[in-house]
Amino acid sequence: MLTSESLKRIDREIAKYPAEQKQSAVMAALAIAQEEQGWLSSAAIEFVAGYLGMAPIAAYEVASFYNMYDLKPVGKYKVSVCTNLPCMLTGGVDAGEYLKTKLGIGYNETTPDGLITLKEGECMGACGDAPVMIVNNRRMCSWMNPEQIDKLLAELK
Amino acid sequence: MEIEIDGKMAQVPDGSTIMDAAQQVGAYIPHFCYHKKLSIAANCRMCLVQVEKAPKPLPACATPATNGMRVFTHSELAVKAQQGVMEFLLINHPLDCPICDQGGECQLQDLAVGYGNSASRFQEDKRVVFHKDVGPLISMQEMARCIHCTRCVRFGQEIAGVMELGMANRNMHAEIMTFVGRSIDSELSGNMIDLCPVGALTSKPFRYAARSWELGRRKSISPHDSIGANLTVQVKNGVVLRVLPRENEEVNECWISDKERFSYEALNSPARLTRPMVRVDGTLREVDWNSALDYVAHALKDIVATHGGESFAALSSPQATLEELYLLQKLTRGLGSGNVDFRPRRRDFSNDGQLGGIPWLGLRFSEIKDLDAALVVGSFLRKDHPLFAQRLRQLAKNWGQVSMLSVGGDDPLIDLHAQVTVSPADLPLALARVVKAAAQFQGETIPAGLDSVEADATSQAIARSLLERNKRAIFLGNAAEQSPQAAQLHALALELARLTGATCGFIGEAANSVGGHVAKALPTALNADEMFAQPRKAYILLGVEPELDCYNPQQAVAALKEAALVVMLTPFNDGAAREYADVLLPTTPFTETSGTFVNAEGRVQSFNGVVRPLGDARPGWKVLRVLGNLLALPGFDYDSSEQVRAEIVPAGEGFVGGLSNDLERGAWLLADAGEGLQRVTDVPIYFSDPLARRAPALQKTRDAVAPTARMNADTLAAIGVTDGVPVRVRQGTGEAVLTARFDETVPARCVRVAAGHPSTAALGAMFGAINVERA
Ligand code: SF4
Ligand code: FES
Ligand code: FES
Repeated sequence: MLTSESLKRIDREIAKYPAEQKQSAVMAALAIAQEEQGWLSSAAIEFVAGYLGMAPIAAYEVASFYNMYDLKPVGKYKVSVCTNLPCMLTGGVDAGEYLKTKLGIGYNETTPDGLITLKEGECMGACGDAPVMIVNNRRMCSWMNPEQIDKLLAELK
Repeated sequence: MEIEIDGKMAQVPDGSTIMDAAQQVGAYIPHFCYHKKLSIAANCRMCLVQVEKAPKPLPACATPATNGMRVFTHSELAVKAQQGVMEFLLINHPLDCPICDQGGECQLQDLAVGYGNSASRFQEDKRVVFHKDVGPLISMQEMARCIHCTRCVRFGQEIAGVMELGMANRNMHAEIMTFVGRSIDSELSGNMIDLCPVGALTSKPFRYAARSWELGRRKSISPHDSIGANLTVQVKNGVVLRVLPRENEEVNECWISDKERFSYEALNSPARLTRPMVRVDGTLREVDWNSALDYVAHALKDIVATHGGESFAALSSPQATLEELYLLQKLTRGLGSGNVDFRPRRRDFSNDGQLGGIPWLGLRFSEIKDLDAALVVGSFLRKDHPLFAQRLRQLAKNWGQVSMLSVGGDDPLIDLHAQVTVSPADLPLALARVVKAAAQFQGETIPAGLDSVEADATSQAIARSLLERNKRAIFLGNAAEQSPQAAQLHALALELARLTGATCGFIGEAANSVGGHVAKALPTALNADEMFAQPRKAYILLGVEPELDCYNPQQAVAALKEAALVVMLTPFNDGAAREYADVLLPTTPFTETSGTFVNAEGRVQSFNGVVRPLGDARPGWKVLRVLGNLLALPGFDYDSSEQVRAEIVPAGEGFVGGLSNDLERGAWLLADAGEGLQRVTDVPIYFSDPLARRAPALQKTRDAVAPTARMNADTLAAIGVTDGVPVRVRQGTGEAVLTARFDETVPARCVRVAAGHPSTAALGAMFGAINVERA
């Protein structure tokens, strides 16, 4: 299911916990699986669960709880816009709307060329930098006014 | 520790919660997620109470009691908090009580009356939660009713041992579901219906059958496995509509298995026999009771007069009541025959004359939790004894070391200390290895015959766990009793018990596995196997379906087909019986008769009928009494089943006496591990008795899929087939075409073929050689 490279990374995570508590590595393992495969299919979740000796539904609980895990395929770039309260008060929602018109898609949709998926994110702990968005769960983008957004999109295209 | 609840003082041990203390003084604190058998989740917040000096209300279920704590469960602050929680809980609840199956027995409904408002302040749209299909037993049709207490989730994790339900998603999108819509397959799943405090999880077979207040509640005892679970049977208009657990901490705690919960559907089955039938000119015809009984009495008298008493044999199911078993043996002996037995699935009776008493569990169920180590030998534990397995599961979770020697590698969902899976023919050898290891550790002389046995590391680990720990027990399961080497296994287990100081006992196949001994339904001549191996002229069969219930169905059916007279006392008129029975006498299942079961721990549990017999069916003990009278046998004048029982066990006795697993002269002689392929036979949980076999919902579960021929990869390759290919399976003169299945847990050179199903009824013995080839 996963490459030996990914398995090695998961093993490294497992080693951080006592042997009988392997499942503590579930979040890391799911993230690694998603990185390799682009998203978390049911088969991938079940594989990770089996690897960690836990019930598939227990891994699914985790995968469906955190919205950085994608349970459906996403575009090459996933742009998550924070629309939680502090960001909302400082232009987060507007940033989202701007992205929607620019890309011609709504939240949880992907551009027809498969390049960009738009998501609503939860607080990223950077409320002071609002509006904020994060690309592919890794790259934080702060103070995203329309010009900044245009710049980001140009770069992604 | 002392704590004050609403002005009342309570003494509680360290580690207690406010909820525990409140229950002790009888103060009721509303709650949903709290359940005494489950871990604390504290997620519903319904149990908020006021605690002196605490700035905010605290959840009683999760707050440890401290010395001198003062708690107010009904103060203004507490009640206001509880009402607030209730308002939140109802925000997304559909409030559809009038069309909800749980109405009338719903914790949410009850508490909403006490703590809810008559009108809602919530004007926005409620969320919609889609229904789920999780199999034939549990309905998840209205999941919007769920209040996310997670009792069902915790039940799976902690009691059933398998997490099948989980709470997916987050916040207002949270939903209880199975992984990608799979079915719920646990054999204990029905308990989630009881646990669900709302109408989210309901019983599929019972759905919309009745309102809870229309139902009469009657006490009863489970007729299935040897636990003797206490039941509440619910009845409307003389029909059993539902079965629920009746709490008895010492027996079933507050659980029952799905077999016990859903088998009741068979009671109302169209296959019920309602009138006596006699074979006239080759076909079974309905007759009245007098003619049927006259016919039987005359025929029996004739046969006994011409061929002698020994030409007659009687076989009962181990699920018959104590009274029925007793009268059956009395009748048999009255006719001058010693051919009576109640152990149709047995092959090895060589210990019969050696028993030091009535074989039993060796300890009480309630003592299991205090064990430090346990060894189970020869059992499909989870499916044979779901509640016994549950107790061992808890034991293993706490501190106990549970080990298994088995012939099937099924996951018992117990955190095992050690597990050995061997071919059935090697089971005595596997046990002998542990005996040898124990003898070596103890520095004792090696028991005779075990010199050449090698104790491997796993056997040593098992022996060590039995030696080093304080309280330990050895349990022999169904497969160990059914094995053709049962006597050896018994003797070896006793030797291990002697060496280690453990108790030794039998889990017991069925509701009256101990009771049959108490009722003396034991052979003085031919036993359950011999009575068919050496065919008799006449048979009485009580509640047993030989083609499905016998060790060797092929042999049993052949004998029955040749017999001059086969009388069946049975609640059902379908099945193979129609081919060989000459007389069908409609007897009642456990709900329509009074009787007694003696469970594996020797507990005497009597029960009354909960509904009137269906049609002309009559309780078995009455039929046998009348038959005794018609045959002019002495001592058959009983007015009630209590009178019969009084002859067997003294009135008011809670446990039977004379229990012992000792052997006067136990011996073992380790045989070679059989030639060729060996059959591994399990009796799947819903094929195991006549009621379960006819319960439609149970028959739709995954546990009731038709038998296959399961083999490991090497065996498949040796036969030259792959998974999914049809194979011809042969034993003796019979054969069956089954699908080959890959199953890595099946031991080498073995084929696992289930018994108890019509598709394998033509096969022979449950143990021994079996032939498999590409079909
Ligand atoms: S389905 Fe029932 S038991 Fe399970 S979480 Fe919902 S309310 Fe609780
Ligand atoms: S609310 Fe957007 S980063 Fe905190
Ligand atoms: S019962 Fe205490 S929080 Fe649910």
